[in-house]
Amino acid sequence: MGNRLLLKNGRVVDPSSKLDSTMDILIEDGKIKEIKERIDLKEKDVEIIDCSKYIVAPGFIDLHTHLREPGREDEETIESGSLSAVAGGFTSICCMPNTDPPNDCKEVTEFIIRRGKEVGLVNIFPIASVTKGRKGEEIVEMAELSRSGVVGFSEDGSCVKSSYIMRRAMEWAKFLKKPIMEHAQDPELSADGVMNEGLYSYIHGLRGIPKEAEEIIVSRDIILSKMTGAHLHILHLSSAYSLEMIKRAKKEGINVTVEVSPHHLILSDKDLIPWDSNFKMNPPLASEEDRKALVEGLKDGTIDCIATDHAPHTVDEKMVEFDQAPFGIVGLETAVPLIMDKFVSTGIISVERFVSLFSCNPAKIIGLKNKGSLKPNFDADITIINPTKIKTVDKTKFKSLSRNTPFHGRKLRGWPVITIVGGRIVWREE
Amino acid sequence: MPFKRKHLLGIEELEKEEIELILEEAKSFSEISLREIKKVPTLRGKTVINLFFEPSTRTRSSFEIAAKRLSADIINFSASTSSLLKGETLRDTVRNLEAMRSDIIVVRHPSSYAPHFIASFSKSSVINAGDGTHEHPTQALLDAFTILEKKNRIDGLKILIVGDILHSRVARSNIFLLTKLGAKVYLSGPPTLLPKEMENLGVTVDHNFDRAIEDADVVMMLRIQLERMSKNFFPSLREYRMLYSLDLKRLKKAKKDVIIMHPGPINRGIELSAEIADSEYSVILDQVSNGIAVRMAVLYLLSGTSEA
Repeated sequence: MGNRLLLKNGRVVDPSSKLDSTMDILIEDGKIKEIKERIDLKEKDVEIIDCSKYIVAPGFIDLHTHLREPGREDEETIESGSLSAVAGGFTSICCMPNTDPPNDCKEVTEFIIRRGKEVGLVNIFPIASVTKGRKGEEIVEMAELSRSGVVGFSEDGSCVKSSYIMRRAMEWAKFLKKPIMEHAQDPELSADGVMNEGLYSYIHGLRGIPKEAEEIIVSRDIILSKMTGAHLHILHLSSAYSLEMIKRAKKEGINVTVEVSPHHLILSDKDLIPWDSNFKMNPPLASEEDRKALVEGLKDGTIDCIATDHAPHTVDEKMVEFDQAPFGIVGLETAVPLIMDKFVSTGIISVERFVSLFSCNPAKIIGLKNKGSLKPNFDADITIINPTKIKTVDKTKFKSLSRNTPFHGRKLRGWPVITIVGGRIVWREE
Repeated sequence: MPFKRKHLLGIEELEKEEIELILEEAKSFSEISLREIKKVPTLRGKTVINLFFEPSTRTRSSFEIAAKRLSADIINFSASTSSLLKGETLRDTVRNLEAMRSDIIVVRHPSSYAPHFIASFSKSSVINAGDGTHEHPTQALLDAFTILEKKNRIDGLKILIVGDILHSRVARSNIFLLTKLGAKVYLSGPPTLLPKEMENLGVTVDHNFDRAIEDADVVMMLRIQLERMSKNFFPSLREYRMLYSLDLKRLKKAKKDVIIMHPGPINRGIELSAEIADSEYSVILDQVSNGIAVRMAVLYLLSGTSEA
């Protein structure tokens, strides 16, 4: 008999089966065996975990992680990224292809999957680039990559420049039932910019990136999705008008989904410290009006999921002049507590919505069959959260190799405490 | 009121009283430069480092002369002769210089907020001598000093700044300073180089130069950089000159006793016609002279000797 786990008396929240009540969950052989109000088993037969103060949810899935391996193992490795993910409450992560070499072929995909399994902490689902070498010229071998295990295609870090390439890529992706995940940003409008263009960039004398750079590509891609029927997933959305367009596209039945990152929901360009590159990410922190619109989208359901855009960079890379620093901040170990603290503890969104945003919806977006739900026979990937735990973000304790966060020192309420992947406890609060 | 700051990074964060204190000190230092022996022992034994990552003649020599007239030891460190070409980071460069026990570091850098970044880890006092397109605080101070010298006041004056406001650190520092001291600040320039949102800083934006200049007490012309044209911020120099060059005809609309300022170096025949640059209205060379007194005052106040 394989390992058995019994989660007792947790507040089980699973929007996919409209569940929110105190339940017991029995896990056996890596699967959910049984879920009901009371399961009584002897302690010698099963490991029992008292969840009476906890929220028990289907495992959280991050659609947007940069693991940096292969190529930049000084910033993050598959091992350190896996550890960081499970310590942040994630049971599955999707890694972006802008590695070195980029993930544009089955060899790189297979390497990532193999390495992920060797580490054996978190499920890793690679995303492949849309074009070979991320050069924007030739589409990757999408069918072979799909068979090798990629769950989507993205040029993340930049956008698919050519409308023609995007059209053809969408047609193939549609045929293979995979999403195109777009970093929507017109490269010419955003060129050389380091922060959101507006009053604050004018005051700081820092080069701006206009929000229109995002909006133009969002609008183009919605139109191409309408044309091709492909599933378009917009990464790290930041502008209110982009959100408006997506809302309208959804109403018209166009196959578009959207993610937003915690920092765009919590910070705006007025919070940016212009000599601290931990406030430099792409897309940049938007205006306060944009931020508020994203929070509305979180509430009204337009936003499908929250994704970290975990982008590790070494201290040396970030400790430079603001305009010289690379874009990006780490997010795996702060995403869940930030959203718990700002939006769940405050009642802005329900626990049910919170779980949809982190688990059920991302599972649907990348078409994972046995995840994102706590139904019997589903994979026993479970995120357990203590909603009243108060802790201060301490970047020096991150499992990630990198420390680039603007949230260091924030006291937050609501933290993950146990992460279960495939029926195994892979992380427990220290 | 003693000056409590360790650094002079920008005008934005200064209180009105702090600005007035610097200008007051500058007044007493201006006399030293008129003496036959232009030197006082005030900063003897202090080490000042001019750390310049951009070419500069005026500002760099101005700081050097100011430090020397105060008897400080000053060394010049410029990007072209430094180890930066070998790939050293700014942080490492500064920490190495500090290991030589510098007291004050004067920084000119192409990146906005580089002096703030340095101040976040440096033990020395940091003076911003121009950072990217952000601020140039000592320029604004010497401009204010010059206006006071000519007009005896700043409060209530109509001061017009013209040109590439978006990319001008001189404009930004002057906007912060002059509004704090009560001037009515007007900005003019093409819409591509002067966003309307600047009005949030308590100034009036008028893209029509001929209207903006009416009854101005002070007109400050900014240098236009030719690279802006290649980026299509304006279609041609001819078109820029037609709309925003200051000539005698335009100047007639200003007050009779108007003064004309320019931070230099001038593009003669572009933002200023030659007749204007050399006219009786021009105080451009007074600005340069006053730069010494203002920088002596700043070096003095930051060196901590004011508390002795």
